[in-house]
Amino acid sequence: MWAYTSKRLFLMLPTLLVVATVIFFLLRVVPGDIVELKLLGDGGMVSQATIDQERARLGLDQPLLVQYFNWMVGLVTFDFGTSMWTGRAVSEEIAGRLMLSIELAILASIVGLALGIVLGTLSALLRNTWVDHLIRLLTLGGMALPSFWIGMLIILFLLYIFDWLPPMTYTPFFTDPWANLSQLIWPALAVGYRYAAVVARLVRSSIMEVMNEDYIRTARAKGVYERLIIVRHAMRNALLPVVTLSGLEFAFLIGGLVVTEQVFNLNGIGKLFIDAIDNSDYVLIQSVVMLMAFIFIVVNLIVDLLYAALDPRIRY
Amino acid sequence: MLPSTPGSATDAVAASLLPKAAGVERRPRPAWLRFMADEPLGAVGLLVVATLVVVVALARFIAPYDPLEVDFMAMLQAPSAAHIMGTDQMGRDVFSRLLYGGTTALSVGVISAFLGCTLGALIGTASAYFGGKIDLYVQRVNDIVLVFPGIVLAMVIVSLLGRGQVMGLDLNVILAIAIPIVPQVVRVIRSSALTLRELPYIDAARAAGFSHLRIICRHMAPNVMAIYLILLTVNIAQAILLEASLSFLGLGITEPKATWGLMLSGASQYYRDAPWLIIFPGIAIGVTVFAFNLLGDALRDWLDPRLRR
Repeated sequence: MWAYTSKRLFLMLPTLLVVATVIFFLLRVVPGDIVELKLLGDGGMVSQATIDQERARLGLDQPLLVQYFNWMVGLVTFDFGTSMWTGRAVSEEIAGRLMLSIELAILASIVGLALGIVLGTLSALLRNTWVDHLIRLLTLGGMALPSFWIGMLIILFLLYIFDWLPPMTYTPFFTDPWANLSQLIWPALAVGYRYAAVVARLVRSSIMEVMNEDYIRTARAKGVYERLIIVRHAMRNALLPVVTLSGLEFAFLIGGLVVTEQVFNLNGIGKLFIDAIDNSDYVLIQSVVMLMAFIFIVVNLIVDLLYAALDPRIRY
Repeated sequence: MLPSTPGSATDAVAASLLPKAAGVERRPRPAWLRFMADEPLGAVGLLVVATLVVVVALARFIAPYDPLEVDFMAMLQAPSAAHIMGTDQMGRDVFSRLLYGGTTALSVGVISAFLGCTLGALIGTASAYFGGKIDLYVQRVNDIVLVFPGIVLAMVIVSLLGRGQVMGLDLNVILAIAIPIVPQVVRVIRSSALTLRELPYIDAARAAGFSHLRIICRHMAPNVMAIYLILLTVNIAQAILLEASLSFLGLGITEPKATWGLMLSGASQYYRDAPWLIIFPGIAIGVTVFAFNLLGDALRDWLDPRLRR
């Protein structure tokens, strides 16, 4: 297991290297210069000297390979350069917002997994009853409705029913967990709904499959309580595919967060990314994209390792 | 992985897409009728999709108002007889905008899903056919693209290409939605085309001296057509959702065009007092995506021989 883990960690490096290279060159294939695009974009009159100065400030006057080298060195030393728009260090811009977005991602995953597993199991055990039909309708809705719209509905609901809106300013969880959760649980619900729907569908079909296995019949023949059969025999096996799914769904989760942060006015990575794109701030864009790719790769690595740890049949 | 045994669903689809063999005495019921009979939920999906297409195609005759007509005397009006879904912050009729928004959603969704799936299917089939080093390189590139979440990739593409239009079509937005679809389709199509590659008739085609292109297009592609159809349907749903999200963020279709995502983002300052501004576009997105998902699920059940009753 340890050999496998270290091998996978080691294999991550070339992937990250290629991803960083792709991002770097992708953002430089645009016709025209980024600085010209930014300064002359709206037909503004800017002198060549100003353009040259800006170019020098961003290091764009250097040869492409030198820029590439600097980007790579920057990645290793966590120095991603300075934002073209605000002039602050990119690492600073990201650090101030990362906590919120990561917390939101974790909350949304918890909401999605908990709801999805409970609803999926209920749906499978009460197959073809009204409960099952209702849950399946809910899950189909979760896959069809955009998370940002769900977010807007949640705000309307809170406003009309409780005459209350979640707080606008972010409080770190460890300062005041209650204030923190009362702000973040709503966007987490909005994003987690799709997650829950996908998980519930998978859990339903995999529990139905597992319930036909011989060892379930054996357990029943031994006289094991039905509840114990479900929790200890069926669910433990049925939940394995959920682990794989959660890695794949993570991309949707990030996407949902980027859009839903807008609805709830949350100043997270999603907002930073959208602002960066609005301002054509390429230094910031490449860093945020790199960060998201990095998180995606790490999450999928964790998922793979978790899978191996949970399923004794898999040994690397 | 669809075995192409005679009479399997793959052949049924492939046959329905290829010219009919001559001399068939009694014509079997057309495939879509059999599909509707076998899959009631899929039939519902198909009916909803068909209705949407008709309604959207007739938008200019059904819509009571010009979707872009600003009326400052009638701003933010609740639904009434004159405006059945109310008016927005600029006095535009929500119902008319919804109909025209449907045109954008369906055209952008279908075109981008079609582009992404077709390109992905071709690359996937070719990759499996050539195998060896080519296959290896294609897969590595594919894995790299898959590292970027779809919407993030789409946003970067829009910011790189700008929001240019070609002949009234938002080509760059379509590309931005189509490109993230490609690697997902490549992965699925490749794995099922790999099993085809080993079949004797491909060897026979090669021995007959057919060109690579001909073998890929005429001999392999028809046999992955079933999976292609499923992927296409499901990805239309995803593409419509993605277009709504991009437009909502201001990175997709731009004003004054009416799209569901734009209607939602335009309402973000006002919907707390005027909920009709968001209720109807959200339901429109939901129903459309729901119908395509339903259709995709039913197609999968119907075309996958392992699940057949």
